[in-house]
Amino acid sequence: MIYLDNNATTKVDEKVLEEMLPYLKDEYANASSMYEFARKSSNALREARVQVQDFLGAKDEKEIIFTSCGSESANMAIKGVVNCNKEKRHLITTTIEHPCVLNVYKEFEKQGYEVDYIGVNADGELQVDELKEKLRKDTAIVSVMWANNETGVINPVEEIADIIKTRSPETKFFVDGVQAGGKLKINLKDTQIDLLGISGHKLHAPKGIGALYVKNGTRITPLINGGHQERGLRAGTENVPYIVGLGKACELASDALDFELKEVKRLRDKLEQGILKNVFNARLNTNSLHRVPNTTNIGFQYVEGELILLHLSDLGICASSGSACTSGSLEPSHVLRAMGVPFTALHGSIRFSLSRFTTEKEIDYVIEKMPEVMDKLTKLSPYQKELELLRS
Amino acid sequence: MWDYSEKVMDHYRNPRNVGTIEDADLIGEAGSLACGDSLKLFIKLDGDKVVDAKFQTFGCGSAVAASSILTEMIIGKSLDEVKKITNKDIADMLGGLPAQKMHCSVMGREALEDALKKYYGEDSEEWEELELELHSHDHAGEKIICTCFNVTENQIWEAIKINGLTTVEEVTNYTKAGGACGRCRGVIKDIIETFLKKSQVEARVELTPTQKILKIGKVLEQQISPQLQKDGGDIELVDIDGDVVKVKLIGVCSACKNASMTLKNFVEAELKEKVDSKIIVEQV
Repeated sequence: MIYLDNNATTKVDEKVLEEMLPYLKDEYANASSMYEFARKSSNALREARVQVQDFLGAKDEKEIIFTSCGSESANMAIKGVVNCNKEKRHLITTTIEHPCVLNVYKEFEKQGYEVDYIGVNADGELQVDELKEKLRKDTAIVSVMWANNETGVINPVEEIADIIKTRSPETKFFVDGVQAGGKLKINLKDTQIDLLGISGHKLHAPKGIGALYVKNGTRITPLINGGHQERGLRAGTENVPYIVGLGKACELASDALDFELKEVKRLRDKLEQGILKNVFNARLNTNSLHRVPNTTNIGFQYVEGELILLHLSDLGICASSGSACTSGSLEPSHVLRAMGVPFTALHGSIRFSLSRFTTEKEIDYVIEKMPEVMDKLTKLSPYQKELELLRS
Repeated sequence: MWDYSEKVMDHYRNPRNVGTIEDADLIGEAGSLACGDSLKLFIKLDGDKVVDAKFQTFGCGSAVAASSILTEMIIGKSLDEVKKITNKDIADMLGGLPAQKMHCSVMGREALEDALKKYYGEDSEEWEELELELHSHDHAGEKIICTCFNVTENQIWEAIKINGLTTVEEVTNYTKAGGACGRCRGVIKDIIETFLKKSQVEARVELTPTQKILKIGKVLEQQISPQLQKDGGDIELVDIDGDVVKVKLIGVCSACKNASMTLKNFVEAELKEKVDSKIIVEQV
């Protein structure tokens, strides 16, 4: 199997699993307990927090809150800030956010909040000037993803943070860092970002663990009330084995960042160029220079995405599509639509996302097979005249 | 991950009858590139019989499978047989489709209908007759209900009728209507309700004479009589002659000035609604 869907989820690194196992077996103590048996769990928790702190470049380990996933981190950040600033009735985000952000905003909109959505250009790059215009003194929070999950385009969140803090210092800034973790350098203490969420399973930890960075001095309300855990901000017995896994995964991701930026990028570029060169109906959906190193999004014109994925799957290749048919919703990807990707390519858009475990042999195989798959599938298309034009 | 049947997988992996027919007698189209799936169907006749069929589809696995199996279903059949193929037949032939993919089978049926319409001519007697057969209802029309996916009232009505749909979500799964902006969901709900009401009325018409007599007795006894008893009166069934129900009011009702109103507005109205709209109640 060739797994090129690492923006959806990743394989658990063996080293991560090894670190976790003791806490799933013998070291089962509740980290909050007072007896000696709990010491190892308690220490492991502290260590993991420092690992995540280092990974994010946070000033203080107290700024790291463990959550169950990226969606929880986003919900906690946005709802937490809005609930603490009830007099501020204006919110800003982008048109290309993940549903875990967009749907929280939609919910506030229903409650009567005013929301502005910042758009992107044809390459999927954020219109930062639009944000400058929309920002107000009563804007409670701005949410912008660091890297987009479908296109891999990187948003200039450090610059945006500076804009926000200059023009409206009271406005909080949340960054969805789920697709950025491990794919670009993060050093939060040098930025004015207030909150940032990450997810374990996007960086070779298991599913079911995430974290939220809350800059010291940022007030938020908890999403889950209960015990004193996570400084009262996130109740529930600490998930020690998974937290240990996330800590280790962060450490490994920091170590692998150079490899990711050079080697993974080289393979991604090779795949991208190989497909564009060999497949006549392929179209690069974004050619932005600011992209994470592992992602490419290619539209195969006049062929539908789900059909492509099914045929790739028969060859053992795993990728994903922004097509409507794959998700069960009837509309294609909101991100590609926001970019204005033409209908001819929209429904046939495929995302390939690599990881540090992707090999050159795998990439070569996909480059070799893609033209064969497209030859077969374009024959089915009713748009033969249009395809003929692309061929010539 | 869709739970596709073996048959669906076989057909999208190895689609049959892909291509065009140069001198096709019928050509039908459905869907559009913008909506994410479209189908072009070519049919060659010998006399009244389909001797060849080919297709081209832009769409997902189940759209290709539905098109492919449709060509297999119609080859060798007469046009009269072809006319009767519904989207449900296509889905059944594929061993079923996931609920959210039923619109793929509807697209097959629509292409078939489009082919027949063009073949006979929109003003022809054959087409009018076929259309009447397909859309024999007073409520639906060619009005576009879902502007996102260009779905007409007729298409929604037909999907409800053939597949026994009862919720807006189901209609979306079968026709795509309401699947994008969602503004037409209220209207779809109204169409479903209108259909259900109409089919209830039709179901009542189909009662046999004996069933009808039994039902009239039951409604009188269980629903009408207890109401009258509350006022100190009652009702007695005397005879049923076709649609005429002869009754006798007793107790205080028999002497009531409003007896005729009670009979018309309550007794007859109840029987009309619950049993048959043609019922007339007479006092003896």
